[in-house]
Parts: sequence; structure tokens; C-alpha cells
Amino acid sequence: MSALGPSLERPVGALLALLPLPWPFEREFMQFALIAGLVIGVCAPLIGVYLVQQRVSLLGDGVGHLAFAGVAAGLLLEVWPMWTALIAAVVGALAVEWLRSRGRTTSDLALALCFYGGIALGVVLASRAGDGSVAIVPYLFGSILTITATDVWVVAALGVGIVVTVAVFGRVLFSMIVDEESARVAGIPVRLGNAVVAVATAVTVVAAMRVVGVLLIAALMVLPVASGRALARSFRTTVAWSAAIGAVSVVLGLTAARAWGLAPGGSIVLVAVAVYLATNLGRLRWRSRTGSGRPAQSERHDHHDHHDHHGHAGHHHHGPGDGLGPGPVLGR
Amino acid sequence: MSDGPVLAAHGVSFAYGDTPVVDRVDLAVGAGEFVALVGPNGSGKSTLLRILLGLITPSAGTVECLGASPAALRERWRVGYVPQRHLLDLDLPATVEEVVVSGRTARRGWWRLAGRADRDLVDHALEAVALTEVRHRPVSQLSGGQQQRVLIARALVGEPSVLVLDEPIAGVDHASQVLFRDSLVHLVEHHDTAVLLVSHELGAVADDLDRVVVLKQRVVFDGPPADLAATGVSLGVHDDDLPRWLEELGP
Repeated sequence: MSALGPSLERPVGALLALLPLPWPFEREFMQFALIAGLVIGVCAPLIGVYLVQQRVSLLGDGVGHLAFAGVAAGLLLEVWPMWTALIAAVVGALAVEWLRSRGRTTSDLALALCFYGGIALGVVLASRAGDGSVAIVPYLFGSILTITATDVWVVAALGVGIVVTVAVFGRVLFSMIVDEESARVAGIPVRLGNAVVAVATAVTVVAAMRVVGVLLIAALMVLPVASGRALARSFRTTVAWSAAIGAVSVVLGLTAARAWGLAPGGSIVLVAVAVYLATNLGRLRWRSRTGSGRPAQSERHDHHDHHDHHGHAGHHHHGPGDGLGPGPVLGR
Repeated sequence: MSDGPVLAAHGVSFAYGDTPVVDRVDLAVGAGEFVALVGPNGSGKSTLLRILLGLITPSAGTVECLGASPAALRERWRVGYVPQRHLLDLDLPATVEEVVVSGRTARRGWWRLAGRADRDLVDHALEAVALTEVRHRPVSQLSGGQQQRVLIARALVGEPSVLVLDEPIAGVDHASQVLFRDSLVHLVEHHDTAVLLVSHELGAVADDLDRVVVLKQRVVFDGPPADLAATGVSLGVHDDDLPRWLEELGP
């Protein structure tokens, strides 16, 4: 799988050998998973916070489906699937944004095109790829066991790209989520900002697909943000809380996966779900006691976020009975 | 700055399908003028505003914004726009200060970090709209009137040459209307900023206007408030009567 060659793997391995981490991260494969996972856990909410506020929480999900088709194309063409997934995701995300901004179609219809077109193309391409139909499973659900040093380097590089992008364009994106129309009137490059969000979403999806899988990555872009919003009083602290919750979800999820032999991608997302429930139930209880805040509006948004994930679940029915299997699990 | 109008519409028309919304409208707002564009619901006010701002293209006629067509205007930050509050997501997880600072982004250059001068302007704008005390509170926890003033402060920090406000006092309590009036008068008198206020009611600003333009698809009145008052129409604080007299005015 390491099309970049083994030369990159030695430095990573040598570096990690200097880090005497305790259980469950004492072994090399877990350290690879930890590094890649932390990059994803921090970076996914950095982009997710803009998706949530722009009411396009499902963009990550739609792009994930396109990345799935890209992976299948890579397996068929015998090219490293990370590259083909990246191309498919970036092109697809820009196409969705173009359709949305031109008013050619509504956001949900554009995303429906991604969902169904991407998954159908992926299945068809994988069926033509011989052993590809088996090799594609780790990309669907994530597979910590198969993460290589090269993957870690690529994920880290993509993560640096996302952080730099947010640092450079953060002020543009914030102006847009306050009000896109007045930002446009003032001369803020709104079209560029939307394109940046689309591409950054695609990059995040591809970076995350080896860790949590294309079917679950959107959860790491949205759930930590929904939790962070409940804890923070400012946008800056919302971003910080979201990134911290993303990172904690990865550490706890990997620990649970190692301890009980669970699927790591699912474990990470379930931790994020638990944090969301804890923070939002806690906030509602606090509000009901103090009578502060505006529960009606917050309820509306909480419902929105929650609903998004019902929508997500509604699109995927992969399981043991559908030939795709439940995804790889970790043993002790 | 050119000596001509800061905002102008020349024979502007617009229709949704076969339904005319704005019909051959001529309008000019000069530097430092305080103008209200009023009319009943469905009179084309918001559509004309969006045409003036370059957000939609008229089917006929031309628009000038600071001497140029909106698309060709280079210093777009000189146009401040306060949208309708209820159209915004003010459940945004952001503080008052963060939202107001974002109004400086275009003026400063979006790639630059905020500096001391930016922070001073934010302090000044918050003071002008009497929100200094709540600057660190989330906007979602403010009243409707306070949220409206946050949006005005956000427009003020951009140091606009012309400020356009869409229904800024709809649903705002009287105390907030007075604060709102004070901040607009300050802007016109001390910064020579032109203000175009689009509304179906005028509230506390009625006595401070230079001109009133009444729109019912076409301009049916354009002149000083006193001339309109001479027709027997009061421009004081209106709750229900303004839409009624607007129905009776013009064709």
C-alpha cells in the first residue's frame, strides 16, 4: 500500500521509538494510530465548525461517499487509493459547492447526488477490482491495524494543511457564518471561502478515512462541534473545545478498541456521541435549573445536529448481512 | 470621494417572472444624507435594496454605488450593510465582540490580523451602541434590540461611506430604538456617512431624516419629511398606522 516507498517509514518508526508511551499505546501500530487519530481528532472539528454553522453538516458525509468511489477507482487502477480518493473528494466537493452556490439545486439534493452516486460508483468499481472488494473495507470503517508510517506522514501533512488553511482563511469564514450576504457586500471573498471549506472538507475526509473510515468521518466533523458549542461562550473557545473533544474522543475510542477488541472507528465515534449527550443533557439540566439562556433556539439547533445524524444513519445500512462486514477490530 | 450621489438608481426595474416588483425607479442618496425608503409589505423595498447593493441584477436600468457599478466597485468595504436580524443565525456561538470585530475584516484586509487600531474602533463602536458592558456575552443571550445594535456596531467598524439598513427596527423595543437613532445620527453628523434606512415603519428616527422616499413598486413620494407631513401624514412612532397611510398614498 505504501506507494511512497519505505524510506518514509523508518524516520517515523525511529521517532516513535523514542516515545515510551504506556498501554494501550506502547506498540508501534497503536502509536501510528494515535498520531493519525489525534491529527484527525483536532482537524476535523476545525472545519466542522464552519459546516455546522453554514447548515451543511452533511457535506463531509457526501464527500466521504465520493472518496469511497475514489478508493475503489484506485484499487481498480492499482494506484495508491489515498490519491484517487483525494482527487474524487476534492472534485466532488467543489462540484457540490458550485451547484449550491449557483442555485442550480438545493444543498440536500446536491448531497443526495454525492451519497448515491458515490456509493454506487464505488460498489461498481470495487466489483471490477478483483480482490479490491475486500481491500476496500478498511477505507469504509477505518483500520488502525493497517496504518503505515507513510499513512501517518500523509495524514500529518494534510493536517498541517488544514491548520494553515484555517489560520489564513478563518476570518473570512467567520464573517461568512455571521452573515454571508453582508460579507459579500463588504467585499469578503465569499466564493473563495466556500471553495476553501469544500476542499478542506475533502482533505479532512481523505486524511481520516484510514482511521475512522469514510462512513464515520463526518461524525468527527460535527459531533465535537455540537458538544463544544454547549460548553463555550465564544467562537474561539468553541473551536478550542471542539478540537479538544475530538482529540479526547480519539484517545478514549482507541483505548476502548484496544481493551475490548472493538472496531476503532466506531469506538471513537461512540465516545464522541457520549460526550455530545453528556454536554448537551448537562446544559439542558443547567438551564432548567437556572432558567437562563434561550432554550428554544438551542433546542432547535441541537435537534438540527441530532437530526443530521439520523439522516446519516439513514443512508447507511452496511452490516454483517450486506457483504461488507462490520469492519476490522483490534485484539488485545 | 466623488461629488455625485453615493447610491443611485436610474430607471431600475425588476420582476419575478411576470410579476413586476420594482418599476422604473430613480433614486439618489448623497454623502451625509439620512434617507428612509418606506413602503408597505411587498412594495419592492428589499428588492430595490438588494439591487442597489449589487446582490441582484436589475432587468432594466443601472445602479451606481460610490460612483461605480456595484460589480466594479473596488473598495467594497465602503458600503456597510445591516441585514434583517431575523434572517441571521444569531444563535452563533460567538461573543458580541467577536461579531463586531468581524466587521473590520474587509476594511483591514481579510488576510491581516486585527491590530490596535482595529480594537480601538471596536471599542468606539460598542460604546456608540451602548453595548460595552455586554461585549463578552454570547450574542444568543441578548435581546432582539441588543442583537440589532450588535449588527449596527459591526457595520460601523468598517468605516462605511454609506450604510444601508434593512428593517432595522422591526420588533425592537422603544429603548433600543432610541439608542439605534442616536448611533445613526452620530454616524451622519460626525462621520458624514450616508444612511439609507429601509423600513415599513420609521420609529424614533422620523425627526432626523433628510428625506423620505415612499415606494410602491414605483417612487410615489421623494422629499423632506415636512412635505410628507403637509399631506396630513405623521412620521412619528408608528405601530399600526403607517402601513395604512402608505396604502392610501400614491397610485
